[in-house]
Amino acid sequence: MIVVVCVKQIPDPADPGALDPDTKTLKRDVKLILDESDSYGVEMGLQLVDAAGEGEVRLVSMVPNSEVSGLRTALAMGAESAVLVSDEALAGSDALSTAKVLAAAIRRCEPDLVLTGTESSDGYTGTVPAQVAELMDLPSVTFAKEIAVADGVATVKRQTEDGYDEIECSLPAVVSVTAGVVEPRYPSFKGIMAAKNKPVDEVDLAALGIDPGTVGWAGAGQEITDIAEAPAREAGEVIVDEGDAHERILAFLDDLKIL
Amino acid sequence: MTDAHDLETVRTEVRRLADKYGCEYWRGLEPDRYPDEFVADLTSHGWLGALIPEEYGGGGLSLTGASVILEEIAASGGNPSACHAQMYVMGTLLRHGSDDQKRRYLPEIADGHLRLQAFGVTEPVAGSDTGSIRTRAERDGDTWRINGQKIWTSRALHSDLMVLLARTTPADECERHTDGLSVFLIHLRDPAGELVPGLTINPIPTMMNHSTTEVFFDDMEVPAGALVGTEGNGFRQILDGMNAERILIAAECIGDGRFFVERASAYASEREVFGRPIGMNQGVQFPIARAYADLQAADLMRYRAADLFDRGEPCGPEANMAKLLASEASWAAGNAALDTHGGFGFAVEYDIERKFRETRLYKVAPVTNNLILSFLGEKVLGMPRSY
Repeated sequence: MIVVVCVKQIPDPADPGALDPDTKTLKRDVKLILDESDSYGVEMGLQLVDAAGEGEVRLVSMVPNSEVSGLRTALAMGAESAVLVSDEALAGSDALSTAKVLAAAIRRCEPDLVLTGTESSDGYTGTVPAQVAELMDLPSVTFAKEIAVADGVATVKRQTEDGYDEIECSLPAVVSVTAGVVEPRYPSFKGIMAAKNKPVDEVDLAALGIDPGTVGWAGAGQEITDIAEAPAREAGEVIVDEGDAHERILAFLDDLKIL
Repeated sequence: MTDAHDLETVRTEVRRLADKYGCEYWRGLEPDRYPDEFVADLTSHGWLGALIPEEYGGGGLSLTGASVILEEIAASGGNPSACHAQMYVMGTLLRHGSDDQKRRYLPEIADGHLRLQAFGVTEPVAGSDTGSIRTRAERDGDTWRINGQKIWTSRALHSDLMVLLARTTPADECERHTDGLSVFLIHLRDPAGELVPGLTINPIPTMMNHSTTEVFFDDMEVPAGALVGTEGNGFRQILDGMNAERILIAAECIGDGRFFVERASAYASEREVFGRPIGMNQGVQFPIARAYADLQAADLMRYRAADLFDRGEPCGPEANMAKLLASEASWAAGNAALDTHGGFGFAVEYDIERKFRETRLYKVAPVTNNLILSFLGEKVLGMPRSY
């Protein structure tokens, strides 16, 4: 079973750099690491391959430069290979352009299953998984907390606000994996060393047959019109119990429409 | 492997694994519980077998890389002394063992099935005067009979094997008192996990959680094949491993020092007294800055020593100076952190007092800093012996 996992390399959240005031996007000329939200997909993929007793996890990623350090982390976890779409023209790609490029790269891997995170930790559009599925004309299942594969069918427990739905769909399919549903393994020392020699197939847009004018800044259908500082956190309300604290807490929560 | 990018990867991944445990875990082990879970995790991820060559199933990492592993555990708030010896005690076996011994033991040490993290050298009377040890090993047919006592043998109760130094020729029959000593690789436990006959191990409670023990050998029999290297050459064989130990412990001190400086500088910037951060006071700020500078200088010596070691060049002075400078720098950083935190530094939940106790050891062990000074004075600077 070939499981393709889409992974994004993002600026380290511990040292996230800054927004570019001209492009209103995150500066990416810093060291990039594996987006933690994608590590759950990698782990899920590795577990599915283990359960199947055959196959491998292949990674797909895209960057405007040749950065691979985040990919090496996922390879050290146990993925066997990666396709890295690297092209300067990718800078400024919006969600749909990203999905187009990823879909083209995924096709090269001939997957039985495609896993993604639900959303990246730096972009947060949350739309790419469904767009990839649509572009590849594959079933889309989102917010998976458990996945089982048997006889060409994926059985997915899909998280909902109240619990989960159990969904079956034919394979191949694109499934987004909710963060936190599995514990991503820590790379072993041997895994790290082996990752250095695992194949990373670096391709550009031309190799994928994609017109550079349709992606990146040139092809973006999305525009960021303004950026602003996040509002400072407001002071909380301190409720001192004078015998009616429970009622005041309920009223407070009711005002927030939490109840 | 000493490539800077690889070292950074080692640092990042070890830190991630160490952070999974965090200070609360280490605090919960006090006063004397062994970190079994952490050691098992570190072992299964291959970090404790990192120095064993790949042909024996290890990672083939450089000493520089291994030192980064221990530094990062210490910097995370952990105590790498619980497992550092699993990395380097095997060095004696690797350098001096027979092919059979290496093939038999190293793969299982690398994968953690066998723990070799007890190093039986020091004795109650001999102390740092290793040539005066009294533990005897006498040949009796196909066996050696061992009698004597070791002390400060750390982790002996958490080890399957021990590298033991024992006298095989009486000192009065030797030209030098460091002659006539031999190294043995001995099994401490039988297949059922019980201590072997003739062996007694008693834990010694200490001011930090260090799992140290005293070990008694009472006519303990070991096979003739337990001898490592050449009979009578044991002192020189263990000396070879001491440089590695010094460098690794220097790195642990650097990690401890980083912990103290990070905690102290953060607290000094946040804590307000008299309406301003206490870090605005030079009396608070400068000791932290001084400790930082001392740590950076010691770190350069640590890398210098590790680099020489990895290139197979003599590194005795550098390894000893790294341990000396790093242990003093981490101690100064610990004091600065304790002073900065005021009363809170003594509160268990802040972890400063625990790390303070842990790092203090390294001004004394594995060799006291005064002996390093005497080594430098005599062997490097050519002055008369000071003891």
